[in-house]
Amino acid sequence: MAVVFEKTKGLTEKPTHYCPGCTHGIIHRLVAESLEELGLLDKAVGVAPVGCAVFAYDYFSCDMQEAAHGRAPACATGIKRVHPDSAVFTYQGDGDLASIGAAEIVHAAMRGEKVTTIFVNNAIYGMTGGQMAPTTLVGQKATTAPLGRDENHCGMPLRISEMLATIPKAVFVERVSVHDVPNILKAKKAIKKAFEIQMKGLGFTIVEVLSTCPTNWGKTPVEALKWLKENMVPYYPVQNFRTPEEVK
Amino acid sequence: MARELWKGNEAIAEAAIKAGCRFFFGYPITPQNEIPEYMSLRLPQEGGCFLQAESEVAAINMVYGAAGAGARVMTSSSSPGISLKQEGISYIAGAELPCVVVNIVRGGPGLGGIQPAQSDYFQATKGGGHGDYHLVVLAPDSIQEAVNLVQEAFDIADAYRNPVMILGDGMIGQMMEPVEFVGVPKRQLPEKTWATTGLRGRENHNIINSLFIDPAVCETHNQRLFKKYAEIEKNEIKVEEYNLEGAEIVFAAYGTVSRIVKNAIKALEKEGIKAGLIRPITLWPFPKANFLKAADMPSVKAFMSVEMSMGQMVEDVELSVKGKKPVYFYGRTGGMIPTPKAIVEEAKKILGGAK
Amino acid sequence: MTHQIIMAGFGGQGVMSMGKILAEAGLKEGKNVSWLPSYGPEMRGGTANCSVIISEEPVGAPTVTEATAAIVMNRPSLDKFEKDVIPGGNLFINSSLIDKKATRTDINVYYVPANEIANDMGSGKIANMVMLGAYLKVANAAKEDTIMEYISEVFSGKKASVVPLNKEALKRGADCIK
Repeated sequence: MAVVFEKTKGLTEKPTHYCPGCTHGIIHRLVAESLEELGLLDKAVGVAPVGCAVFAYDYFSCDMQEAAHGRAPACATGIKRVHPDSAVFTYQGDGDLASIGAAEIVHAAMRGEKVTTIFVNNAIYGMTGGQMAPTTLVGQKATTAPLGRDENHCGMPLRISEMLATIPKAVFVERVSVHDVPNILKAKKAIKKAFEIQMKGLGFTIVEVLSTCPTNWGKTPVEALKWLKENMVPYYPVQNFRTPEEVK
Repeated sequence: MARELWKGNEAIAEAAIKAGCRFFFGYPITPQNEIPEYMSLRLPQEGGCFLQAESEVAAINMVYGAAGAGARVMTSSSSPGISLKQEGISYIAGAELPCVVVNIVRGGPGLGGIQPAQSDYFQATKGGGHGDYHLVVLAPDSIQEAVNLVQEAFDIADAYRNPVMILGDGMIGQMMEPVEFVGVPKRQLPEKTWATTGLRGRENHNIINSLFIDPAVCETHNQRLFKKYAEIEKNEIKVEEYNLEGAEIVFAAYGTVSRIVKNAIKALEKEGIKAGLIRPITLWPFPKANFLKAADMPSVKAFMSVEMSMGQMVEDVELSVKGKKPVYFYGRTGGMIPTPKAIVEEAKKILGGAK
Repeated sequence: MTHQIIMAGFGGQGVMSMGKILAEAGLKEGKNVSWLPSYGPEMRGGTANCSVIISEEPVGAPTVTEATAAIVMNRPSLDKFEKDVIPGGNLFINSSLIDKKATRTDINVYYVPANEIANDMGSGKIANMVMLGAYLKVANAAKEDTIMEYISEVFSGKKASVVPLNKEALKRGADCIK
């Protein structure tokens, strides 16, 4: 019988701890498949964050480091500078990257670190139990914003891709989503492209992936996908912000 | 090679390069700036990489990444910057990564001042970050000793997979003294089979990690760390004993202060008072046995810890002496430096009282 | 003999390099030496000082609190360091910029118009070497020849022209000591 689908070699056999309906699993697979298809699994080093993806080091089959909260881009910098021919990526959530690690991501981009960041934006702190993130939408409820985010009290949600796209050495910046199949396919393309650009040594690459958190949003998986599409996409437009001329 | 006049900070940087350090991540802060400045010039010449990080926090995490990738790597800072690095140092200790952290200490707390101090003894030796862990802490008293210890520090770090701190006060960083770069004996070191280099044909993936979510596993990890620390305590203590025979008073001092104390000891000798010195070179592991032995000497009436702090190492001296003899303290702080004269007077006061 | 020297002045008067030259010369003569600077923002335009020790014995404390000599290039330095000279020690005062006399009577005081001499030689920057020349005439911390040997090493090639100027400055300083 012909094999039509196989699990990627980029993931281990370890069952993930993610909640039912969470899109982290899809995003892990897209990253792992991209590395495998590009033949990079043998020289890839990933950096896991603090947040829901904290155990990512057990799920990716390449070498992995677990970083302190927000510091994955700094760790990745250290790794890439030691092994410039390796494929280095960070996998970070919105609390990790956009809040406590805002300085590290901005400066990794500023330096044009030849690494790829997978930025999973689900507009909430997942692991710690649904607290407000810098990316939580106005009016969206969180355990530390019980009446919903009030823009006069804590500002407007941070658009990381738009911000990083102003940095010259952030050569590839794209926002994608995984709320339906066409978008998942687009996300895969963007992630693969980011790694290709990294290996060409052109600069810093980041793919922001809009993701769901059914548990902390208080929704079923299907409702969560719909909520993402209807609420997150309008504020966080799914688009490419920058691609280097060399690969256009 | 002939002896050359070197500024402490630059000598420390060159010693690191001679020890095979090829990666340095740092952030400017007085009085250690000559270390990153020197590294920024020299490391590229050696095929290495210097990077000025956006903060001390980022710098220590770059060290984490590079150490985890198998490199010999160093960072340096001064007291407030070390406070910021403590999070990363805890992770590095937890993940058992070898690296060297240089702390050229200035007065605190807060912004404090920029003049020499020893008020980081606690944050260096007692685990300045969270959790149960130890750094090996080396405290040179001269530029020559700093050079030798920096070279050895990398071997100690690699031998035990543990961060090592060089604790020098501002004087060690800023003064110039003659130095000869003599190689320290190289150790037999295990291969870094654990490093995240990319698989490159290896079957199982390497993971650099300090997370042990299961309490039982986390406890086992801690117990294993402490077996390693016990091994370090057994093998790595360095201490200088000076003029102890027949001493009535035994000083405890480290770093540049020990040299001021030696001047005081000579001055006391002229007045017919015999004084000695125990100088811990490793502040952790602390040379407890040397103090206990001195406490059992009949001639010894008292101990006095002399520090550029409000009294930090004195606690370890007290613990080591186990109440057998009284332990006194004399210190200046905030960047003030004790004078031999003041130490002599303090000693005479104590001995007058003890008689 | 252990020479413990404090050198002090405005930032830019060459106090640090004067100390370094002396320490380098001491090292060349096989002695034990140390050079400890004051550091930080006060160096930039404020007062600067360094402590130099030259000794046959290993150097103990690198700090100098009982100076065998002090070389003061400006008024605040005289006010600050006159008290640190040991009885019988030597105090060198740059009389071009300091109109005050020393108050101590238990030390040897030498007044050297260093800036006037330096300006006369066509380079105000060389006042530090004039002071060093005066100091060396009184205290044998290092030989003048060793100082010049070091200076010739530092200023070679295109910069070699300043070597005779330094030699002359040392001599003019020494000539001030009668």
